[in-house]
Amino acid sequence: MRRRYQADPGIHEVRVFPVRVLFTRMSAIFLFFGQVFSMNQKHGGGLVMEGEVSVLVGGRAGDGVSSAGQMVAELLGQLGYRVHMYLDYPSRIKGGHNFAIIRGAGQTPGAVRRGVDFILALNQETLDLHRHRLNSGGVVISAADTAGNNDAIEVKTGEILAAEDAPPVMGNSAIIGAFAGAAGIDWQTVETVFKKTIPRDIQKNLRVARRAYDAEETRRHISPRSTTPVPVCTGNEAIGLGLVRGGLGTYFAYPMSPTSNLLHFLAGREEEFRIRVFQPESEIAVILMALGCSYAGSRAAVGTSGGGFCLMTEAISLAGIAELPVVVVLGQRTGPSTGLATYTAQSDLHLALNAGHGEFPRLVAAPGDAEEAMTWATHCMNLSWKYQIPAILLPDKVICEGMFSIDPGNVPAVRIEPPLAGDPGVPYERYALTGTGISPMQFPPLHDGVVRVNSHVHDPDGITTEEPGVTRAMADKLERKEQLLRSEIEDLHPVVIAGDPRDTTAILCWGSCKGICAEIGSRMGLRVIQPIVLSPFPVKSFADAMAGVEKIVAVEENRTGQLSRLVRQFGYPPAETVLKYDGRPFMVEELEAEIGKVIR
Amino acid sequence: MKSDDLVSRAENTWCPGCGNFAILRALKDILRQMEGDGFPLEQFVLVAGIGQHAKIFDFMNVNGFYSLHGRTIPVATGIKIANPDLIVLCVTGDGDCYAEGLEHLIFAAKRNIDITVIVNNNRVYGLTTGQYTPTSPYRFPGRSTPGGVKEYPLNPMELMLSAGAGFIGRAYTRQYEGLRRVMYEALTHRGFSFVDILQICITYNNLTEYYNSRVYAWEENKAGDFNAACLKAREWDYNRDTPIGLGVLYRTTAPTFEENHPVPEPLQPDEREEIIARILEKRV
Repeated sequence: MRRRYQADPGIHEVRVFPVRVLFTRMSAIFLFFGQVFSMNQKHGGGLVMEGEVSVLVGGRAGDGVSSAGQMVAELLGQLGYRVHMYLDYPSRIKGGHNFAIIRGAGQTPGAVRRGVDFILALNQETLDLHRHRLNSGGVVISAADTAGNNDAIEVKTGEILAAEDAPPVMGNSAIIGAFAGAAGIDWQTVETVFKKTIPRDIQKNLRVARRAYDAEETRRHISPRSTTPVPVCTGNEAIGLGLVRGGLGTYFAYPMSPTSNLLHFLAGREEEFRIRVFQPESEIAVILMALGCSYAGSRAAVGTSGGGFCLMTEAISLAGIAELPVVVVLGQRTGPSTGLATYTAQSDLHLALNAGHGEFPRLVAAPGDAEEAMTWATHCMNLSWKYQIPAILLPDKVICEGMFSIDPGNVPAVRIEPPLAGDPGVPYERYALTGTGISPMQFPPLHDGVVRVNSHVHDPDGITTEEPGVTRAMADKLERKEQLLRSEIEDLHPVVIAGDPRDTTAILCWGSCKGICAEIGSRMGLRVIQPIVLSPFPVKSFADAMAGVEKIVAVEENRTGQLSRLVRQFGYPPAETVLKYDGRPFMVEELEAEIGKVIR
Repeated sequence: MKSDDLVSRAENTWCPGCGNFAILRALKDILRQMEGDGFPLEQFVLVAGIGQHAKIFDFMNVNGFYSLHGRTIPVATGIKIANPDLIVLCVTGDGDCYAEGLEHLIFAAKRNIDITVIVNNNRVYGLTTGQYTPTSPYRFPGRSTPGGVKEYPLNPMELMLSAGAGFIGRAYTRQYEGLRRVMYEALTHRGFSFVDILQICITYNNLTEYYNSRVYAWEENKAGDFNAACLKAREWDYNRDTPIGLGVLYRTTAPTFEENHPVPEPLQPDEREEIIARILEKRV
């Protein structure tokens, strides 16, 4: 029997499409229906999409796959493409196989394809592992001995480096030069990207690249797009910028993939941002130092992944009862336990929703791309301080370590609100009972009062109590804060609608599955619904998004359907789930086929 | 804020005869003395863990953070990082600091962050009614170890010397003047300071007679001699029946953590926006 999901009676005719959502929907349609794609070039990896290009860079750890991939992403960005880079690497410093796939299209892609148009092989293994992905008309550029691979471009890196008296580390510049030559990218664009991305010896790197560039004729032209280039950055960088925008004063983290690069990004810019970054002895110290900072009035954030977050949970509960703001960036990777340390997952949703004993309000927001990551990092900081609650930003590895085009116009301004000030005439009480549940938040030193925060149940002045009436009043106070937060959240576009908003079949997704689902939803004419905020759950916005939906297909990167479990509580049982849990994100061809199977 | 209202309205619930009373009294005396020295009391923050010691949070009318068991020191570190002008005191216990959270004690000493840690070391769990702690002696008959503990105690003095603490002292709750003086010296020391307080637990581990017959005062004129401090620290290992020295064991000065990490003037919102726009512009 089919079930029709409706918004609350009386409001279900009112379609709420906030500006942000409209933009997403319209641009998605523009992209995926506004361009022609041909179905007849099927080979190996799959379809060649016109108007987009995919490049794979592979090599050993230590070969510079990530930086070479970044240069390819920058080149495509300069040509007007919106780009996404997925980085796949094992947990080792040297050796092992690393690869990056960079996909450029008219709108920022949220995922990569299995089929690629170029393979930049820094070693033979890359050819062995990925040659089957090459699309018809695709080009292989190799630094390896490619005997027997007649169609491959073998870059004479040894000769080029010798001719320029350049060190082996510049070998990748030759590869990039050869790629630019084979892709018909104009030299000026190459120069621009080298100057942007290479820290030193730019001229020598350019001479190396030029020799390889001149040696190649155009094999597969990547035609520039008419769109203006936009910034390209990693999700971790976007999160860092969002936190700074939210008034970050101090950042604490114990290194852990996939958020270590957020630690590095902020640490490298301490002076510029006028923040301080510390690496304490454990994740327990990390979050308690952050709570100490917030007690003393400095906005703090912490970053970790599942294992580190487990250590933080007692302090999350402390932040709940002591009403101390803190922002936790919880970058998900494959678990349980150490799991796959450098691979992705969406399996910590219920950890984030339930971490810490007892009942207290929290904000949990899972961004779906770098723009949302930046936006919600700022919201998390702002709302955490406004409501004096822990806020958890819940990206996954694809977002943290992936690169994305980011259009600053899509990152709305967030008004940073000062914490509620007290009434000067009234003796200060840190937990004064108010109608909203939010107490004035002041910081020591106070000239005429004390500031007490307490992990025990406490009275309004912060003194420990075991009194049942006060216990109840304080629990009710926390609940009032949650109600107010929930209603504020509804105004912040907490649920994104993409694809065809009129279709009665909805793909339900969260986090980094957003982009790929929006793309496939647009192409297949399906509605796509992505809740960003998962606590407090935006019941009204979600109901509006679901209005008229008859069938829900949930797409998640976990084994048990964690978002499905959550929305079932609110009366939206998914009819189908498409799950992936091997540490790798969905690829476009793969998910399209899976969804095709379940919607018939 | 004035020192004449240092006592809160909360009812004191320690057992009569508890060593914690002496520590509370000493802290009040010290705060009055510091106020007399021109130190504004509102700059004082007390961070308590969980245990009988921690109830001092409720009994005093000062700024405070009642933290988790074992987690006073990272909270105090965060407070001091955010506002180095505050004087931050951690009141902890031997379970609260030497068992759970021991790593924080070592790292605070290593960092030389300018906080003071006092450990109300009664060598037994009081709040949870009588189990052994890291400083209980071998064969201590705790409620969880009815046959006696089969582990030797930690020597916190030695531990703090090896961790790099700049100020290390020991006091005893039945010798009030020495207790008050060592706590005062610790609180006014610039850099990390640590005091192990032999505290009488009247209910579960009353060692009054034992301590009274063994304690003596250390000579302080050699407190800067690390090797001499190591020898003194090893005289009593919290297990053998040897003389127990009290006073300042070791004292040295070094740049503090917060001096090495000064608080920057924060950016104004429009400055932040400019910098973010500039960074994004460079990524185009």
